[in-house]
Amino acid sequence: MPNASSNGATAGDRAVIEAVLVRHGGDAVRLMQILREVQEELGWLSPATLTAIADGTGLPRARVEGVAGFYHFFHTEPLGRYRVLWSDNITDRMLGSSDLMARMCKKLWLKPGQVSEDQLVSVDTTSCTGMCDQGPALLVNYRPVTRMTAERVDQIVDLIRRKIPLDDWPAEFFAVEDNIRRRDALLDGGLAPGDALRALRSPQETLDAIKASGLRGRGGAGFSTGQKWEFCRNAVGSGANPAHYVVCNADEGEPGTFKDRVLLSSCADLVFEGMTVAGYVVGARKGLVYLRGEYRYLLEPLNAALERRRAANLLGKSILGRIGFDFDIEIHMGAGAYVCGEETALLESLEGKRGVPRKRPPFPVTNGFLGQPTAVNNVETLASAALIAVRGAAWYKAIGTAKSSGTKLLSVSGDCARPGIYEYPYGVKVEQVLADCGARDTQACQIAGASGLCVAPAEFKRRIAFEDIPTGGSFMIFDNSRDMFAVARNFAHFFVDESCGFCTPCRVGTTLLKNAMDKINDGHGGEYDINDIWRIIRTLKTASHCGLGQTAGNCVADTLQKFRPSYELRLNVHDFEPAFDLDKALSKMREVTGRDDPGAHFHIAHRKSKSGIGTKAGDPA
Amino acid sequence: MNAATPVRRKLKVATTSLAGCFGCHMSFLDIDERILDLVELVEFDRSPITDIKHCSPDCDIGVIEGGVCNAENVHVLHEFRKNCKILIAMGACAINGGLPAQRNSLDIRDILAAVYAQPGRGVHVPNDPEIPLLLNEVHPLHEVVKIDYFLPGCPPSGDAIWTFLTDLLAGRTPTLGHGLIHYD
Amino acid sequence: MSNGQDGKSFFLDDEEIPFEDGQTIIQAALSAGKYIPHLCYHPEFKPHGSCKLCTVRIDSRTITTEDGQTVKIPGRAAASCTTPAQDGQHVESETPELLDLRRTLVQMLLVEGNHYCPSCEKSGKCMLQGLGYDLGVMSPHFPQYFSKREVDASHPDILLDFNRCILCELCVRASAEVDKKNVFSLSGRGNTKHLICNSESGLLGDTNIAATDKAANVCPVGVILHKRHGFEVPYGQRRFDRAPISDNPVQYAPVKEQV
Repeated sequence: MPNASSNGATAGDRAVIEAVLVRHGGDAVRLMQILREVQEELGWLSPATLTAIADGTGLPRARVEGVAGFYHFFHTEPLGRYRVLWSDNITDRMLGSSDLMARMCKKLWLKPGQVSEDQLVSVDTTSCTGMCDQGPALLVNYRPVTRMTAERVDQIVDLIRRKIPLDDWPAEFFAVEDNIRRRDALLDGGLAPGDALRALRSPQETLDAIKASGLRGRGGAGFSTGQKWEFCRNAVGSGANPAHYVVCNADEGEPGTFKDRVLLSSCADLVFEGMTVAGYVVGARKGLVYLRGEYRYLLEPLNAALERRRAANLLGKSILGRIGFDFDIEIHMGAGAYVCGEETALLESLEGKRGVPRKRPPFPVTNGFLGQPTAVNNVETLASAALIAVRGAAWYKAIGTAKSSGTKLLSVSGDCARPGIYEYPYGVKVEQVLADCGARDTQACQIAGASGLCVAPAEFKRRIAFEDIPTGGSFMIFDNSRDMFAVARNFAHFFVDESCGFCTPCRVGTTLLKNAMDKINDGHGGEYDINDIWRIIRTLKTASHCGLGQTAGNCVADTLQKFRPSYELRLNVHDFEPAFDLDKALSKMREVTGRDDPGAHFHIAHRKSKSGIGTKAGDPA
Repeated sequence: MNAATPVRRKLKVATTSLAGCFGCHMSFLDIDERILDLVELVEFDRSPITDIKHCSPDCDIGVIEGGVCNAENVHVLHEFRKNCKILIAMGACAINGGLPAQRNSLDIRDILAAVYAQPGRGVHVPNDPEIPLLLNEVHPLHEVVKIDYFLPGCPPSGDAIWTFLTDLLAGRTPTLGHGLIHYD
Repeated sequence: MSNGQDGKSFFLDDEEIPFEDGQTIIQAALSAGKYIPHLCYHPEFKPHGSCKLCTVRIDSRTITTEDGQTVKIPGRAAASCTTPAQDGQHVESETPELLDLRRTLVQMLLVEGNHYCPSCEKSGKCMLQGLGYDLGVMSPHFPQYFSKREVDASHPDILLDFNRCILCELCVRASAEVDKKNVFSLSGRGNTKHLICNSESGLLGDTNIAATDKAANVCPVGVILHKRHGFEVPYGQRRFDRAPISDNPVQYAPVKEQV
């Protein structure tokens, strides 16, 4: 580990920082990339490093520290030469991640979150890394390792102890499979790079085709893509550098979703082509991909794909010889922040700021990246747009339902024989998906992720469509052996980790909700706490600044209604009990006084969960 | 007078101070001569005023000042909750732990080590079984038992206490307007 | 009271409020002498929209069902400080639901920080306290976080007590926009979000803040305090001893030039 003294960065550190700053022209807008690249070289962001970056970008130091402090993947304290982060989605837990992580910690003599005394390694959890179909998964120095087993834990512990560089670890550890199980119009598209661009007619005609196709945003919100592009195209850039931008939202953070990873791994050209089509329509010369930090391993392959496209004149000046059709794409890495999937938080992050959602209006189509008109679209939306540019609006409109045209990629994980990517025309029934992926004895599906809808068997005839169950693509399956309270509690913890903290209801409400769920889990809950939970959920839903807070209580609300016994079996008959164990509250005094007489205890039996449930794999410890 | 309305019996009121300074009780005495009206309506059970040591099982109202800082506080609070129909947290300490809770930012073991360190003789924390053990943290009352009403103030003024109690005794949900509701 | 240009107005709890183009709901309401609770809104600064105390409902509807029942469809909830006023819209503020929401938000702030009013120099003129009084918040209700936060006494004239921070960012905004010093910023996120100072040591004493700066005089609670000036006004004569926070709403109306 490099040592940064408090009275300034070492000469070696300063050279690294200087090189990164030069590469980015000291541009404050590029702060995220600067911080990441410096950290990749120096291991962490020391106080002196932050000062040097502030000086080099002209930003106030506190602003730089504030950005570094916002993102999970930036660290302002040394966290070891190897930083291991276990994906903590419920699907990872169902595959045994808790026990495996405990095994790793035990073998390394570590507690979660602690750094080893020799500064070699730290082990902790992180939000869903998007490997749910091949978990349990972890990141080691932000590179994904999939299909963890006890044997693989032992191997990794050994590699870490022997200080083997990651590049020399067995390649199969880092293998990420696509697991495409069902292909439809998009994945079977059969397009070659450039096909969509060669098919382009005028921007207006292309826009008309996108509008006529009925394409709607695939991130989940379902706004008409054609309308969004039209608003953006009609908006006028402002200031000294007026411009239009296209942004591809590849911050796929919703727990249980991984379809954008597969699109970017296997169909990157289609996505870039969609961005280029969008740029052509809205009049943008620049496109930006916001790639989630968990997908850092895709950066080099994607940059290579961009190089190939430039070489083939599918990007750059006068694309395919069309004078005036200039467009290029750059990839910006995120750094571990679910909230940046919200498009205005994403824009803030792209501008090198804390990922806090903006006030709306104004909307990104008029005031987006750097205040300029910006079309922000999901990865899958852009890929679909490329397809429409070739095959035409009528062909696309004929797929799916009247209100939801086209197909949807579902990321299927959890209790089923064949997890992976399933592409269906819109309108597919939940029960169809369950049958196709080999799910048995299913008691619930969590559709659209932690913020989505918890669907019980009585609703399995409902359809995946904007008019029924809209989804960004996450489809997590729970069979009869699972405890739905544990699922909801896992999501309650997730929102505490991922709230940006801007507004009161979300910043405090997510923590209060988590605490109430923990209290029930610990056997201290009563009707009093259920009433409090409803009050917290109402506050989150009514007053939160963005969708994250507004939906943070959804899963608890759904499970309280549809899986109420899983709560009731944990409740005390008493209306109220303390959240903490009274007898344990005397522990420190017993320690210092050495007393163990009756007066040194409360003789109140600590009530365990009466049901005995909650001990299965998948139950948060 | 409506003949159907039964004559009100006197309500039994119990009071105590846990981790408090008795300031709220002192403020209670600031209702001055109105205490004569009050004793027409209530009968005091366990209270520093009566020196009765334990609650009768049929108390109507329990008024508690101070937060919960030790084992004895917990036992007394449980006795009040068990024997009183309505429990009131009176004053800042009862409501959020108040000044005693400012120790919560420190580990109790460190505090005792500092307090009971004797030069050259180490640390000897008193361990007589008669002395109630301190809790790891000081808690407001409502974190330990269910509390029905809260009367803030440090202390609440005599007028605030009077208004609160007369509302309650009349069967109204107590409300304190401007000037009576205070957190200090 | 401002007169709406072109006679534009909206209804706030059924009372007509005139407004000028570009005004938000809260700006128009306060100018017209109608109070809407707020903490992060400040008349001299651009709206922020983080505390959510000023949440209102807009354009609720009452419909009659087939069996003759009237049902109220709640309008959308929005922070009135960031929502532009629109002609003819119906805004609800003093409803039982919204008052309860605001009490819950105050309680959330009370348990998140360590708010011991009896020992706080700001007591009696603290906006959080004043709002609690006005809304009738009798207790924090939720379990206290008892979060461990620091006090920074490194500056000769200014004391920082982070225990009381409600993260309204008024000092951040004042230092950036008015003082042009960027003394304060935020770091962390979610429940670890916290105020930081612009120095490598993290200490206020190592920044260039002065006691006369706007940032040193804008804190609505007891975080940024002037040394040697505590408890100057006797109990009973302090701001919220004399009048409730909702008294004379025009005092919070936006400063004309900056609208």
